[in-house]
Amino acid sequence: MYDVVIIGAGVSGAACARELSKRKLSICVLERDEDVCCGTSKANSAIVHAGFDAATGSLMARLNVRGSTLMGPLCADLGVDLHNIGSLVVCTDESSMPALEELRDRGAANGVEGLEIVSGERLHALEPNLADSVVAALWAPSASIVNPFQLNWALAENALENGVAFHFDTEVVGVVREDGAWSVHTPGETFRTRCVINAAGVYADVIHNMVSPDTMDIVPRRGQYFVLDTSAGRHVRHTVFQLPTKLGKGVLVTPTTAGNLLVGPTAEDIDDREGTDTTAEGIRELLAKAALSVKGIPFRETITSFSGLRAHRAEHDFLIGEVAGAPGFIDCAAIESPGLSAAPAIGEMVADIVDGILKPALRDDFIATRAGIPNVEWIGAKDWEALIAEDPAYGRVVCRCRKVTEAQIVSAIHHPLGARSLDGVKRRTEACMGRCQAGFCTPKIMEILDRELADLSFDGITKAGPGSELIVGRDKELDGGDRS
Amino acid sequence: MTRSYEIVVIGGGPAGLAAAIAARDAGCTSILVIERDRELGGILNQCIHNGFGLITFDEELTGPEYAARFEELALQGGIDVMLDAMVIDVSTDKLVTAVSLDEGMVFIQAQAIVLAMGCRERPRGALNIPGFRPAGIYSAGTAQRLVNIEGFMPGREVVILGSGDIGLIMARRMTLEGAHVACVAELMPYSGGLKRNIVQCLDDFGIPLLLSHTVVRIEGRKRVESVTIAEVDGKGSPIPGTETVYPCDTLLLSVGLIPENELSLAAGVELSPVTRGPVVNERLETTVDGIFAAGNVLHVHDLVDYVSQEAAVAGRNAAAYVGGGRGEDGVSMDIVVSDGIRYTVPQVVDPARMPDELTVRFRVDGVYESRFVSVYLDDERIYHRKRLIMAPGEMEQVILRQKDLLARPGVASISFKLEEA
Amino acid sequence: MEAIHLTCIRCPRGCQLDVAVENGAVVSVTGNACKRGETYAQTEAVNPMRAVTSSVPVEGSATARMVSVKTACDVPKSKVREVVASLKGVTVSAPVAIGDVVVSDVCGTGVDIVATRSA
Repeated sequence: MYDVVIIGAGVSGAACARELSKRKLSICVLERDEDVCCGTSKANSAIVHAGFDAATGSLMARLNVRGSTLMGPLCADLGVDLHNIGSLVVCTDESSMPALEELRDRGAANGVEGLEIVSGERLHALEPNLADSVVAALWAPSASIVNPFQLNWALAENALENGVAFHFDTEVVGVVREDGAWSVHTPGETFRTRCVINAAGVYADVIHNMVSPDTMDIVPRRGQYFVLDTSAGRHVRHTVFQLPTKLGKGVLVTPTTAGNLLVGPTAEDIDDREGTDTTAEGIRELLAKAALSVKGIPFRETITSFSGLRAHRAEHDFLIGEVAGAPGFIDCAAIESPGLSAAPAIGEMVADIVDGILKPALRDDFIATRAGIPNVEWIGAKDWEALIAEDPAYGRVVCRCRKVTEAQIVSAIHHPLGARSLDGVKRRTEACMGRCQAGFCTPKIMEILDRELADLSFDGITKAGPGSELIVGRDKELDGGDRS
Repeated sequence: MTRSYEIVVIGGGPAGLAAAIAARDAGCTSILVIERDRELGGILNQCIHNGFGLITFDEELTGPEYAARFEELALQGGIDVMLDAMVIDVSTDKLVTAVSLDEGMVFIQAQAIVLAMGCRERPRGALNIPGFRPAGIYSAGTAQRLVNIEGFMPGREVVILGSGDIGLIMARRMTLEGAHVACVAELMPYSGGLKRNIVQCLDDFGIPLLLSHTVVRIEGRKRVESVTIAEVDGKGSPIPGTETVYPCDTLLLSVGLIPENELSLAAGVELSPVTRGPVVNERLETTVDGIFAAGNVLHVHDLVDYVSQEAAVAGRNAAAYVGGGRGEDGVSMDIVVSDGIRYTVPQVVDPARMPDELTVRFRVDGVYESRFVSVYLDDERIYHRKRLIMAPGEMEQVILRQKDLLARPGVASISFKLEEA
Repeated sequence: MEAIHLTCIRCPRGCQLDVAVENGAVVSVTGNACKRGETYAQTEAVNPMRAVTSSVPVEGSATARMVSVKTACDVPKSKVREVVASLKGVTVSAPVAIGDVVVSDVCGTGVDIVATRSA
């Protein structure tokens, strides 16, 4: 019997797990994919929002601001890249100025500090590549960008270090109340638990509706993005948002913690909870819309595009709380933007709710910090040499585009909750994320995975878990044919 | 601690080897070749097909055999080699920083550098092909490495996008190893590959070549399940209603090669926006004194024999630079291209410093039949030769004679163009 | 008399050849830029030949998993599939040198399969 079973190892589930692991509780996380960070958490804008956008008084607003405050110390403790670069919401015509001012006032009401409207020379100096039509912008110095993969992984790894168990490739197919506790059914085994945290992303409504007649409805809202090469990474220096108009939320242009330029997202409500494809229409839309706020974006430097789904609810606020009539079942749902920003605060809030139910004692042996994998791409020669002196494998560069060394990849594999697939290595190290998009490093990473993991053979290696094997067989062992 | 070499060659593939050998033959005694793979040979090691060396050796060799010839020559003495070592920086002062597992971080001060890093493949992401991002999408070169070096098949039901030589070669390779290749789709109305490969790799196996077609959609969450191919119009835009779905588990991409120019940029050399490689003069010297470039990193080649020739020029000039320094400058002229000529290498010529005969290589921007390649010095045409057929996929050359230029001092421009008569 | 149109493959130029064949023999070849083209047409029109390149696993090598191989000279085009199929299951052991015979007289063609790299 567990105290808590968390459904979902995205950033919300991981944040809950880490926070709960400060208590004396037995906890496990059930994740249907092969790894942490496989859903929304790996396909978003990677922004830690200042917190002016959410409606005043909403849970989103409160948790965004709280999360944003907690994020700095958390990332420092867990070895996660966080860059406090600030953000600008740009306004492209005078008649929209009242909306910009309203946003500033809302931000102030939400508790965001340092907001101010800038224009003219000062704005141009802040951000030279803004479109000529930009008249003013709301400057939010507290906004940051974060590495979302690292954050999700670090939270989960730290939770594991503090006693949380993780089960991957484990889909929850039923949740039933019986004998005074919850039975969480998966195809393999059934987990008995006092509390359930429903952090199932775009499937949170499916899980919720298993236990409550008061149904939840989550609409998958797709967002498509472009990623541009690091050569374009300084095209803007801050995150540039567009003021929402009647036509909807605009498209943002931002640097990333890895030095790329990110452009997106679209916002399309779809039916398919697995609809993470990009579309020709979405691509066209991004190209057109991005130009409204930023000029001269060098789209020729595009290295990839991707799309992710947010768990959108019509009411447009997080849904976090114990479900009426389902004692101990706690929703952590509808975590769309600013979900990433709010993650630390979401974990706090959920842990608070669990405290109220289970009244656990705090551990006195909680391990609060975790060392990340050193990144040689941006460090100086002396620091890199010091790493090589410790481990010669820092001397072998595997991913040429992002300068990721063999030591980092081996570390990513052997860290707790380590990588077991190409995408697992990618999310933990930046490998495969460069301009050649894994063309060069794929065979080398496969060699390393094969060598380091006794239960994985070269031809069993996957891109992203079962079903995505990279190899279909050895040379000359297939039954093909030509038509001549 | 910093080592010094007179010449550092970055890359131990065909360009790097030929440059090093030529530098040694020109009298240089302090040469280092730095290669990131565990062996010399570069991309040739995985090009197990033949067609290499017809010009250099008057023999038809496979890639590994061609590489072995040069490796043997290089290892005869006078050329040091660092393997499994990645150059991570080249400064404008010619300080080379490399890392390797065996030696850690190494700093090498060079008097001259030859950039010979080759090129990389354009990925799916750069084309923004809509759809999912499953396993089974490979650039043709990555697939080639898996099949030829690792011995594993990346797929069994294959569609290939791009009729450049790598795509064509892989169509045959995959078929012979037991896969089924459904078709090769090509965006342009003509193939980018050599005629020989169309015949030997597609026609021989009954693999259809779909010109003016492209992939507009990739399906499959975990592994490729199908691709949708559509016809395109004159502007390369898909024509609605022409879509055909091809069930498959693999998409190979042969959609363009780009010089690996990160180190070129780090060294501060000016790049040509057309070739995406360095701008070079008649000595294949970049805009940074003493940094030379050759091979695919300079501009993407079709024939390795020309890579070797070009790299030898760079190597000789690097040795001359080390031996004699910068020398006297004359007046440099940009070669202006127009009317069907996409670019030339070199882009800049100094008549006083060019050799007696300078090979100027160029590519055309479309398929041209029965056109004249013309070279003008100001308004005077000094070269006018008919070519029966020219295509973007086949590099051409013109030999410029120094005496022709020196006979016309005060000439302000050199231009290359195609003319109908 | 039969008129066959071929693309020469002897070098990357790919000359367009017009071959006249009568009673199974080549009567004339036009369109070739060099002698190789004429020689090529002589066989391609009536008895097409191909080089075959492939790879086989190698054991005991510190540097390679596979050794690339080729037919020492061209074999009949009709035998290509058979030649490749006959390499299934063939492995070599290090050390291997370029030119080493991997399979002799493959599929009765009289042509050896030789290594094209060392291991």
